[in-house]
Amino acid sequence: MTRLVIDPVTRIEGHLRIEAEVDSGLVKKAWASGTMFRGLELILKGRDPRDAWYFVQRICSVCTAVHAIASVRAVENALGITIPENAQLIRNLIEAMQYIHDHVMHFYHLHALDWVDVTSALNADPKKTSQLQESISDWPRSNPRYFQDVKDRLETFVDSGQLGIFANGYWGHPAYKLPPEADLLAVAHYINALDWQKSVSRFIAILGGRHPCPNFLVGGMATAINPDSDQALNASRLILMKELLQEAQDFVEKVYFPDVLAIASFYPEWTKLGEGLGNFLACGDFQLDGPKVDDSRRVGSSTTRRDPVDKAGNMFFPSGVIWNRKIEEVKKFNQEQITEYVSRSWYTYSDGSTDAKHPFDGETNPKYTGPKPPYDFLTVDEKYSWIKSPRYDGKPVEVGPLARVLVAYGMGQKQITDLVDKSIRQLGVGKEALFSTLGRTLARAIETVALMDEIWGWYNKFVVNIGAGDYTTANTEKWEPSTWPAEAQGVGFVDAPRGALGHWIKIKNGKIDHYQMVVPTTWNASPPDPSGQIGAYEASLVGTPVVDADKPIEVLRTIHSFDPCIACAVHVHDAGKKKIKSAGIMP
Amino acid sequence: MGSQTFDKNVEAVFESVGVTRRDFMKFCGAMAAILGLPPVFASRIANAIEREIPFAGEKRPSVLWLNLQSCTGCTESFTRSDHPSIAEAVLTMISLDYHETLLAASGKSACQACESAMEENRGKYILVVEGAVPVSDDGTFCTIAGKSGVEYLKNMSEKAAFVIALGTCASYGGLPAAKPNPTAAQSVDEFVSPKTVVRIPGCPPIGDVLMATIVHFLFFGKLPALDSENRPQFAYGKYIHEQCRRHYHFENAEMVLGFNDDEYRGGYCLFPLGCKGAFTKNACSVMRWNMGTAWCVGSGHPCVGCSEKDFWDKFTPIYSLVEGRNPK
Repeated sequence: MTRLVIDPVTRIEGHLRIEAEVDSGLVKKAWASGTMFRGLELILKGRDPRDAWYFVQRICSVCTAVHAIASVRAVENALGITIPENAQLIRNLIEAMQYIHDHVMHFYHLHALDWVDVTSALNADPKKTSQLQESISDWPRSNPRYFQDVKDRLETFVDSGQLGIFANGYWGHPAYKLPPEADLLAVAHYINALDWQKSVSRFIAILGGRHPCPNFLVGGMATAINPDSDQALNASRLILMKELLQEAQDFVEKVYFPDVLAIASFYPEWTKLGEGLGNFLACGDFQLDGPKVDDSRRVGSSTTRRDPVDKAGNMFFPSGVIWNRKIEEVKKFNQEQITEYVSRSWYTYSDGSTDAKHPFDGETNPKYTGPKPPYDFLTVDEKYSWIKSPRYDGKPVEVGPLARVLVAYGMGQKQITDLVDKSIRQLGVGKEALFSTLGRTLARAIETVALMDEIWGWYNKFVVNIGAGDYTTANTEKWEPSTWPAEAQGVGFVDAPRGALGHWIKIKNGKIDHYQMVVPTTWNASPPDPSGQIGAYEASLVGTPVVDADKPIEVLRTIHSFDPCIACAVHVHDAGKKKIKSAGIMP
Repeated sequence: MGSQTFDKNVEAVFESVGVTRRDFMKFCGAMAAILGLPPVFASRIANAIEREIPFAGEKRPSVLWLNLQSCTGCTESFTRSDHPSIAEAVLTMISLDYHETLLAASGKSACQACESAMEENRGKYILVVEGAVPVSDDGTFCTIAGKSGVEYLKNMSEKAAFVIALGTCASYGGLPAAKPNPTAAQSVDEFVSPKTVVRIPGCPPIGDVLMATIVHFLFFGKLPALDSENRPQFAYGKYIHEQCRRHYHFENAEMVLGFNDDEYRGGYCLFPLGCKGAFTKNACSVMRWNMGTAWCVGSGHPCVGCSEKDFWDKFTPIYSLVEGRNPK
């Protein structure tokens, strides 16, 4: 029995530590720990609810738009604010481009080096790489001279002896299976993707002022539209946006998606490893019918409450829950079923209870009880993480691209269904291959392609609206706190690139009284609950082969397939002094 | 900073033929003008010319990057840098020897990469720190490889040539240090004395500002001129308000009172909506963001003042005026 420790887990956002017991070359048990805490929800208490989006956006700037959107939705939900159609379209455009940007960067810069041996690319024949490129897509950068140039640059780099971010990688590890020509192809695209992401980020900057950390607004968007001004969104900006969409689409369809399929085809065993829980949750996102955002999620009176699944047809990514791999039986998603435990996390409940609490009623106080640093091992039989344990209907679920794709597939969402069928046919595997490490990676690429297609519709509608003279981006009727009720509460959901995200807010006398978030990586990286049910990361690692404990590339493959974001996962909310039992806007 | 000069640099090559850096840039500017290009092309021309100067056999300066209580926004912004691009910088100009977000190796291999880079480049490497430093509870609010973040910082800064505190968190404590500062988060300079700490604040900062600071060091072998808060003067020399394209509206008292008003769409001054550009030193209105494409006020949101010390408490609520302070 070997005790494996991976800390820091690199090529992720934030501070993650993995400990695992390895026996006879297989992981028997694993523990995932978030090792950084800031306490944002404590900082939010007493502040202006209209400022909340700006604070929570800094939970994580890799996921840079999603917390801000969840926050403004929660405040709008609490105060009963309806946003203008243009604002909804702008939010969709920003969020969709954030997905596209984030997923491509995840694949090339955070995940690819688990599959691609950079040094092996030096043995490639650029002519064969060119043939490979031409066989998988009509991407124009495909001639042998181009790949020779990349190879030359790589050679100069390696010969310098300064390997920088590639230093001490697991190069030459027997788990790498790509032919050198495919390695060279991937290295070229790693570099192309760095340049591409810089360029397409301008799309978000035009609408939100900058990227990362674009601007949002309670009641709409702070995006000035005026075709007759040089200081607002005008035709010149719209055409740049269109060009950037085209640039994004070319890369997604001709490089990213074909690369994922090509690389996956060399690793068939990884469509059988790394499954995890078999339970999936998607909260749904991308409203298709304009301004009635989040009505379905209204926590308010029964007259306004609607079943989220009834609205699923109006969201590009539908919501739903899948138990035990049963894709054909997608259950309704209901936010009331979400609770969080802290029994294995460095927090306490003031009543000493180990029961789970709904985000509206929860409380958390940080209390570190782990070993004093420097330490070699965590006390994994006790509390061992800054990440809490969210559960849905008392059970652990996986969230993220795979959950969204499976829910959409189960509900017959056409674009996703077509892409899934096409991909698994091409790989020569069945649907069960989706329940795996590569299934997650493939699902991420599939939803990127689907969104890339859908985003044009929102863009076109936006242009049509502006052409018709609709420049409105904000509803300011309830901007002033004097128009708000004394007490209100609301919830905002975003199905973010890394999975289902919810923000819950209570507003009292114009200030934030309570703020709570349940975040994608919190779902996936959670420690066990009191009944011993483990979270998705820990479940997915059981049975993972580890050839060399000093070079645990296999563990990284599965962990990276989730695209961890630890700054997001770790949070604390204020100890709400007074419980507001009944939901809805308080009189 | 004289002792930290790298003998390899472009300037030396120019000087050997009697051309100063200033002459060279002037030449590039003149070329841009002759070609009818905007002034920004001067630097592109410079880049193109400098590529012809061989670097073969010379060592790229080592940069080590430490993430503490951060949101990775500074890293994200850095990767949007335009000139040079991140790919160009990492492959040909610097050696980014430690950066957890990008490093191929994990765990033990990552720590070894970090230690050998520190040893091999002792006294010469640039340490970039992103995020605040939590000190309460034995530093357990941020640990890496079982060690506290504060220990990591002390260890890594000890052998650095100088330290760049990137972003408002590293520069001033930032968001984790906002009231009530639950983890006793502090700025980087508290722990690395007597090392020079360059502050590049912003939440996040403009990626090009960090890149330009590093490039300045590569070209000239010394740091750019710093102001009294150790911020590079080239980026933090003026208030945003002074260089804002909406400034003439301010002078004409043409103000925006609501996000749905005609004045808002007319590009009037956002001061009444809480714009803090008059109290914030940064290059946003001039350099702008994302390849010079946009910036907050330009797209229609008031400046929040994200590069100023304690803005999380002093400049909030965001959409309110700051008591007792009026723009000029």
